[in-house]
Amino acid sequence: MTSKKKEKKPGWKELAEYDLIIGGGTAKDFKTGDWRTKRPVFVPEKCIHCLACWVYCPDAAVIVKEGKVVGFDYEFCKGCGICAHECPVKGKAIMMVSEKEVRDKRPKPEDEKAKK
Amino acid sequence: MTVTKSNIVAKTGNEAMAEAMRQINPDVVAAYPITPATEVVQIFASFIADGLVDTEFVPVESEHSAMSACIGASAAGGRAMTGTSSQGLALMAEMLYIAAGLRLPIVMADVNRTLSGPLNIHCDHSDTMMVKDSGWIQIFSENAQEAYDNMLQAVRIAETARLPVIVTTDGFIISHGMERIEILDDDEVKKFVGVYTPKHYLLDFDNLITLGALDLPDYYFEHKRQEIEAMINSKSIIADIGKEFQTKFGRGYELFETYRLDDAEAAIVAMGSTAGTIKVVVDDLRSKGKKVGLLKPRVYRPFPKEEIADALKDVKIIAVMDRSDSMNAQEGPVCLEVKAAIYDASTSLSIDPEHGRRVDKAKFRPILNYIYGLGGREIRLDDIEFIYNELFDALKGTDKERVNYLGVRE
Repeated sequence: MTSKKKEKKPGWKELAEYDLIIGGGTAKDFKTGDWRTKRPVFVPEKCIHCLACWVYCPDAAVIVKEGKVVGFDYEFCKGCGICAHECPVKGKAIMMVSEKEVRDKRPKPEDEKAKK
Repeated sequence: MTVTKSNIVAKTGNEAMAEAMRQINPDVVAAYPITPATEVVQIFASFIADGLVDTEFVPVESEHSAMSACIGASAAGGRAMTGTSSQGLALMAEMLYIAAGLRLPIVMADVNRTLSGPLNIHCDHSDTMMVKDSGWIQIFSENAQEAYDNMLQAVRIAETARLPVIVTTDGFIISHGMERIEILDDDEVKKFVGVYTPKHYLLDFDNLITLGALDLPDYYFEHKRQEIEAMINSKSIIADIGKEFQTKFGRGYELFETYRLDDAEAAIVAMGSTAGTIKVVVDDLRSKGKKVGLLKPRVYRPFPKEEIADALKDVKIIAVMDRSDSMNAQEGPVCLEVKAAIYDASTSLSIDPEHGRRVDKAKFRPILNYIYGLGGREIRLDDIEFIYNELFDALKGTDKERVNYLGVRE
């Protein structure tokens, strides 16, 4: 048991009859992008919008708007790196950056305080 | 129902089960052949070839696939059936738990055959006992007539309880033995089994569902508890459908059958075809003035423990016959259940302020276990008479072994 405030979950009598999820498209509500070690970072100035990354992404984590790549859905991207590998642009329009690096660059709460 | 000549037929157990399947006319049958159950689906396949049923037959490459196809068909919203035996049932084992856990009302004809090794194709109950904890309701048949009637009821039981059902016969003894049976008219069966209308099914595109999703530690236990509750509730469902069958067609079915048990001093508990053999011996011994009786569990899962303990309450000594051994260095699976039932009926959990926990010593009676018929070893009238004699001997005070291996050469 954790000391966190416990979420009240339904008992077996209150649940639907068995392990049944009612409704479609429910996978959208279950975020699966939190076990990534590397993330793809989009470099828009290099992108030729061939959509190879969009075709090859084994999830649906490449966001395309009006035929153009605009970035990645980090709530679902697992960091497999296939998009970066398949990117045909010389010098690559997709960079794989380690999550640690992303984390380290992020401003820390104490730095924010120091600014103030 | 009025029995006319056309309703009386000569059929083997396998033919009787195939006939029941023809009348049920399921949406999907997926099966793989295995002795001695092959005929059930082989005969059924000929009904499909002759255009007598609308069933989609899936000739799969293994029993694991047969059960997988049944799970898919049932989840899609269809009535799915299969038939197998022994090694085939063993190969299905993984999928049996999934069928039950997803609460899919699949019906299976299982012809009891021992499990290898050593390699053997003959009857014992070790195959069905291997999957006793899979969440499938298990109905044992004494003869071809019961096999036929049980198959018809199984469809209703499964769909009402939302649990899959195994209906068993004894390999070769029932499956290949020709008997006189009474069959119902096609439209009577059609009316009895009705139309299957599941509340949720995968091909219902207006009401989308996900079935079989990952169930982590925070929900799995609750879903299993629901499954256990369904098994507990299935007792009354089975009893009600048995009563309805009796009202409509004259042949009554309960959770278990008692035969001349009312004033019996010595009783045998046994399942399957052996119960028929025992009835002959009971009649014979009764005519000689010996107070003997029989209790034949019809459903082993759910095990009707309170009801069986109550039915045996006035008997002085009990022999439980097991056509398989649990290899647990204790006793056979039926004996374990009967003993546990009688133990529970003899002890109280509440504490009396004066006497402490109440234990009704009078209700504890000696129970002997007879493991018999493994790998198709014959069980004869004199074997049964021997057991009754042993019981009366024990009542007189002679020491007996708790677990006995009947008919094995020492």
